[in-house]
Amino acid sequence: MELKLSPEDAAFRDEVRTFIAENYPDEMRVPNPETDLTKEQSLLWHRILYKKGWIAPLWPKEYGGPGWSITQRFIFEQETSRAGTLPPLAFSVTMVGPVIYTFGNEAQKKRFLPRILSGEDWWCQGYSEPGSGSDLATVRTKAVREGDHYIVNGHKTWTTLAQHADWIFCLVRTDPNAKPQSGISFLLIDMKSPGVTVRPIITIDGSHEVNDVFLENVRVPVENLVGEENKGWTYAKFLLGNERTSMAGIGRSTRYISKLKQIVKAEIPADDPAHLEFLRDIARVELDVLALEATELRVVAQMARGIDPGPAASLFKIRGTEIFQDITELTHRAIGNYGLAIREHPAGANHFMPGPEHAHTASEKYLNARKLSIYGGSNEIQRNIIAKAVLGL
Amino acid sequence: MDIQFTEEQELLRSSVQRLLRDQYDFEARRRIVASEEGFSRTQWQAFAELGLLAAPFSEEAGGLGGGPLSTMIIMHEFGRHLVVEPFVETVVLAGGLIEHLGTPEQKQDLIPGIVDGSQLWALAWTEKASRFDLANVATQARREGSDYVLSGEKTMVVAAPWADHLIVSARTSGGQRDRGGVGLFVVDRHAAGVDLQSFKTIDGRRAAEISLRGVRAQLLGREGEGVGALEACRDRVIGALCAEAVGAIGELNSATLDYSKTRKQFGTTIGSFQVLQHRMVDMFIAHQEALSLMQHLTLSLNSGDAELSRLASGAKSKIGYAGKFVADQAVQLHGGMGMTDELNVGHYFKRISSINIQFGDPAFHVLRYAQLDAAA
Repeated sequence: MELKLSPEDAAFRDEVRTFIAENYPDEMRVPNPETDLTKEQSLLWHRILYKKGWIAPLWPKEYGGPGWSITQRFIFEQETSRAGTLPPLAFSVTMVGPVIYTFGNEAQKKRFLPRILSGEDWWCQGYSEPGSGSDLATVRTKAVREGDHYIVNGHKTWTTLAQHADWIFCLVRTDPNAKPQSGISFLLIDMKSPGVTVRPIITIDGSHEVNDVFLENVRVPVENLVGEENKGWTYAKFLLGNERTSMAGIGRSTRYISKLKQIVKAEIPADDPAHLEFLRDIARVELDVLALEATELRVVAQMARGIDPGPAASLFKIRGTEIFQDITELTHRAIGNYGLAIREHPAGANHFMPGPEHAHTASEKYLNARKLSIYGGSNEIQRNIIAKAVLGL
Repeated sequence: MDIQFTEEQELLRSSVQRLLRDQYDFEARRRIVASEEGFSRTQWQAFAELGLLAAPFSEEAGGLGGGPLSTMIIMHEFGRHLVVEPFVETVVLAGGLIEHLGTPEQKQDLIPGIVDGSQLWALAWTEKASRFDLANVATQARREGSDYVLSGEKTMVVAAPWADHLIVSARTSGGQRDRGGVGLFVVDRHAAGVDLQSFKTIDGRRAAEISLRGVRAQLLGREGEGVGALEACRDRVIGALCAEAVGAIGELNSATLDYSKTRKQFGTTIGSFQVLQHRMVDMFIAHQEALSLMQHLTLSLNSGDAELSRLASGAKSKIGYAGKFVADQAVQLHGGMGMTDELNVGHYFKRISSINIQFGDPAFHVLRYAQLDAAA
């Protein structure tokens, strides 16, 4: 399904397509790019996009964005996702960058934005805490002003790829007496500061994506406060809005469905009744993708005409993640007995893995995808958002 | 991708909306369904005067050239108002078959009566053994001079009791399930040898079992082209039924939402309960997705997409399941009231259930979608 494109937009699509085909590093074509690449490897594509000037589609031109229209941004997203490229680190480019250029001061913009674009700085997100998941406004990590510094104490968790991070953007409590939402500030912390400790959390798929981050008497210069003290909740909500855009994941789901079809063809004989059952289940999830894709194109076309999409991002997050979970589950079922095996991490150490190659990542993907309906505002929170904003409940 | 209506299409939509709002509220519909005939000839004439019966036909055929988009617009509004008059049967099915399969003389002869509202039609393709297979035809057609003579039994023919003419699928050759050898025939409903057993359907319409004993009939188009023509016709009628379903889904969602904001239990409105809020969000999402897919299918019908037939099956299935989900939940959230004949909710439920049977249920179409997949 294609958006109806003007000749200019169609030329742009071809340009993006060719650029990806000619420039995406072979080194990054590994079985599971999200877990199998070193930090340096995963930055290769980032640096290529940076050189091309395409690293930050969302950013205004004055800060280093390419100045694309909504349609062009969507085309870029569609093409990179269809080609299976690893997206640049969202915490840097999509999340903290826009907060800094929207709410930060000139010195912060000058200091941080170029290093985000170039990939010199790797950012992680200090939001969740052991006691603050969906109810994020209850964060307890404390920042107490002492002269020109804040002294920060607390425990952040589920911090994605903190093991690679140079910086962490944190929600910290600066006014313990205010209402939960109004005592929070948005603070940028250098991960090399004394008192910052990262402890890996290994998830059920065996991979190391998330971490605990402990902050013990960390001294943070006051110039690292973004915007005003105690206004951090506003910035945090702004950022979460960005996190949910483009979570429909049409390109990714489409790629995984075609892989699933190949697996079913290879693993299940056509005269087995299970074959028909798989064909039906695959068709159903394929139609889910088609309907979501048609919805995404409808919303993009409306946005290009200046119509506010409302909480469409919540709809995309809910359906996009549910669909991808279904696909990974079907794939895991399709490989039958081989679904018992799982690759060891770190990958690439030549561990033995039974079964055909196309089955090797099915187990870990199936397990890893359970996170999708939990993170980025759980799907229940997204339903609350739609209930309030659209249904007026 | 988002269909932006032209001025003409916007005019069509607002005029259908106005007509139905003024003359086809739920009480008016109830009276129509309960009347002797079970539909309203006055309404039908009003549709004709508004140009609805001419809208989808090409201008050469005497229509307004609105194509599948105009059908979508009309059927979406008809779905919202649970219109029972046989627009689908007369205009989309019979009209479409005549326009696409008929000879120039047949088009000239038959389409004006549809457009001016004077002639009503029904399509008799289903038989006892056919289920959803368009090629499964036992009814026989034998050539006699320039005419044909038909014999056989047709079943569950919606709108047949209202019709002046029938289009009947029948075999000139081949075995009962062969694709070849099936033709489509125009039959005068009052001709000798045509016998109808009429009855009511769950969605407030009338249908009939039809027995044909040596009935004189005229071949539509050419011999042996029946199954192909019916398949193309099914793609078009799926477009119409999907639009109707989406209209009904939207009405069910707003009725349910309104109800949840007024109905009180445990000292508060039931809409304040999170379990019901999330259910209604899922109903909202189902509607949005169905609407998107409906538009996508309509645009493909318009452009004659290569994968059109596969897409039609996909949409019939996905929108069918969406409709079933929303209708189930709408009744559930209305509680006992949802079970009553007095409330419109149950009537939408019944219409959606009927749509899901006509021309193949969601389970049939999801398999057809899978089997037409070149990559599988």
